[in-house]
Amino acid sequence: MDQFTINLLFVGASFALYIGIAIWARAGSTSEFYAAGRGVHPVTNGMATAADWMSAASFISMAGLIAFTGYDNSTFLMGWTGGYVLLALLLAPYLRKFGKYTVSEFIGDRFYSPTARVVAVICLIVASTTYVIGQMTGVGVAFGRFLEVSNTTGLLIGACVVFAYAVFGGMKGVTYTQVAQYCVLIMAYTIPAVFISLQLTGNPIPGLGLFGSVESGEPLLQKLDQIVAELGFNEYTAHHGDTFNMVLFTLSLMIGTAGLPHVIMRFFTVPRVADARWSAGWTLVFIALLYLTAPAVGAMARLNITEQFWPNGASGEPVSTETIASDPAYDWMATWQQTGLLGWEDKNGDGRIAYFNDRDAETVAMMEAAGWGSENELTNFNRDILVLANPEIANLPGWVIGLVAAGGLAAALSTAAGLLLAISSAVSHDLMKGQLTPNISEKGELLSARIAMAVAIAVATYLGLNPPGFAAQTVALAFGLAAASIFPALMMGIFTKVNNKGAVAGMLAGLIVTLLYIFLHKGWFFIPDTNSFTDADPLLGTVKSTSFGAIGAMINFAVAFTVSKMTAAIPKEIEELVESVRVPRGAGAAQDH
Amino acid sequence: MADQTSQTAQAAEKSDAGYWAANVRIILISLVIWALVSFGFGILLRPMLSGIAVGGTDLGFWFAQQGSILVFLALIFFYAWRMNKLDKEFGVEE
Repeated sequence: MDQFTINLLFVGASFALYIGIAIWARAGSTSEFYAAGRGVHPVTNGMATAADWMSAASFISMAGLIAFTGYDNSTFLMGWTGGYVLLALLLAPYLRKFGKYTVSEFIGDRFYSPTARVVAVICLIVASTTYVIGQMTGVGVAFGRFLEVSNTTGLLIGACVVFAYAVFGGMKGVTYTQVAQYCVLIMAYTIPAVFISLQLTGNPIPGLGLFGSVESGEPLLQKLDQIVAELGFNEYTAHHGDTFNMVLFTLSLMIGTAGLPHVIMRFFTVPRVADARWSAGWTLVFIALLYLTAPAVGAMARLNITEQFWPNGASGEPVSTETIASDPAYDWMATWQQTGLLGWEDKNGDGRIAYFNDRDAETVAMMEAAGWGSENELTNFNRDILVLANPEIANLPGWVIGLVAAGGLAAALSTAAGLLLAISSAVSHDLMKGQLTPNISEKGELLSARIAMAVAIAVATYLGLNPPGFAAQTVALAFGLAAASIFPALMMGIFTKVNNKGAVAGMLAGLIVTLLYIFLHKGWFFIPDTNSFTDADPLLGTVKSTSFGAIGAMINFAVAFTVSKMTAAIPKEIEELVESVRVPRGAGAAQDH
Repeated sequence: MADQTSQTAQAAEKSDAGYWAANVRIILISLVIWALVSFGFGILLRPMLSGIAVGGTDLGFWFAQQGSILVFLALIFFYAWRMNKLDKEFGVEE
């Protein structure tokens, strides 16, 4: 059986499983459809939330970014897990006590202002749409590879599947479908990692293998440091970038994690306040299983790739084009070349592909002296292909490759569909029915939801063709926007007595300033070549646009406090609301509006 | 009778304030640890920890890639356990 058929089988079987579970779970519990999570054990709920949360960015993109940058990209690992501490300590229990279903409802009620609610909805739509662009990038990579077509075709097919998946709808609400998605996703991530860790270090646990030793007894990371340094790249474990930007970026990801509406919503519907606290912990347990493995995947893949191009080390000869064409160990290169995300070219015609850093003068001189030319001949290696190509690079059996394809699609599809649902319900429910046209019929509400969904996916697909960065980087922008707008409003709603005008001004200031900073660096509305600055040379010192969310959040807090001080204090009943949110006593079941 | 009710209400209010102060204290301590392991050991204080070797690299690298995640987990479970206990101490549990 060829690889294409195996992939098709695995992807098909996983989809059949999700749909089967959705139908089975639906039959018994139509009434609990929207209240997924209530009456569900915190462990099960944690697993489902983890599936909801871990997207193409975590699964497909993150390990690749760590692999090619090393220590400096630890920011993704700390940022996307550290946010759960903020969520568990500062938001989850209180929002559960408040007892409504959506983030914008809390903001609207706490700040006794329909304007605040509309502003929250706008923040939510902007952050979620940016998030979907990142998912579409990942969907394009996964579908391109698995259908063996170009990245663009893969993206267009993927967009149709995501749309159908989101319209089918119910998938999102059914906790057990997400539990199945989590299982597929985590197996697909860890099984190849276990194989590779065994191959390289003999340790079956990748997270431990990372700090283990290779066959020669040399520590894996030391060996990796040495070989990449010989090729003129930055040492893997060393710190090279700007420290201030690294701190700021980590902080943005953390605050953003605690400000993403589709994750926060999961904690509204657990049975009790105590469960909201436990649930956040269990969610992080299931996320950590992937996040503790990811750095191992990155480092080991980087070592494997480098050794494939330099089979006898950096002082030996680079791999020959003949070997690439004929040796089955290099088959992955031809398959990935089809997607347009991997490219190589024998520029100096010596029949060999020399992979090194050609921006490092010393290395170039060395390579020229050895006769391998002055240019890096691995011309394109898209970071987002690393995790999906990893089992092929390590020569793992065909079924592992099929499993990884299914896992990547599960991660991208579940999150993309979830976000589209969040966007469409925000438009139809919070914006149309809640504010603009309160008399809208149910049919009209449904229609506007569908239109919002179609528009969001069209925009995301168009921008996904020319994304502002690799999947995880685009997603990081979405986190920056959530950090600057939603998190501060929620936190001030619980921990301070900031009034309506303060909250609205704060959210607007945070969102607008952050959005401006991002557009100035990534292009207006992410349209390529409309940017005035680049992240290599940012407007403000070393602050990259991906790191600006933390500053946006500070602006939000500062503006909100200032405006609130200058305007009337909050009314008595809102003061009582704040007091009651702070104490678990008397939390009823979550209510619908 | 009316006096009694207002007294109970006052007592409840006082205990609520005490509960909230205790909660904020636990949150602050937890957040100090949260920042110390990630921004501290993982990034800013890494040079100071460079003498401690861990599997081919140093302790700061381990904190940045794995250690901080493990501490985050411990923090969330500690907070859940501590707060559920505090709820009972102040009689404010559901």
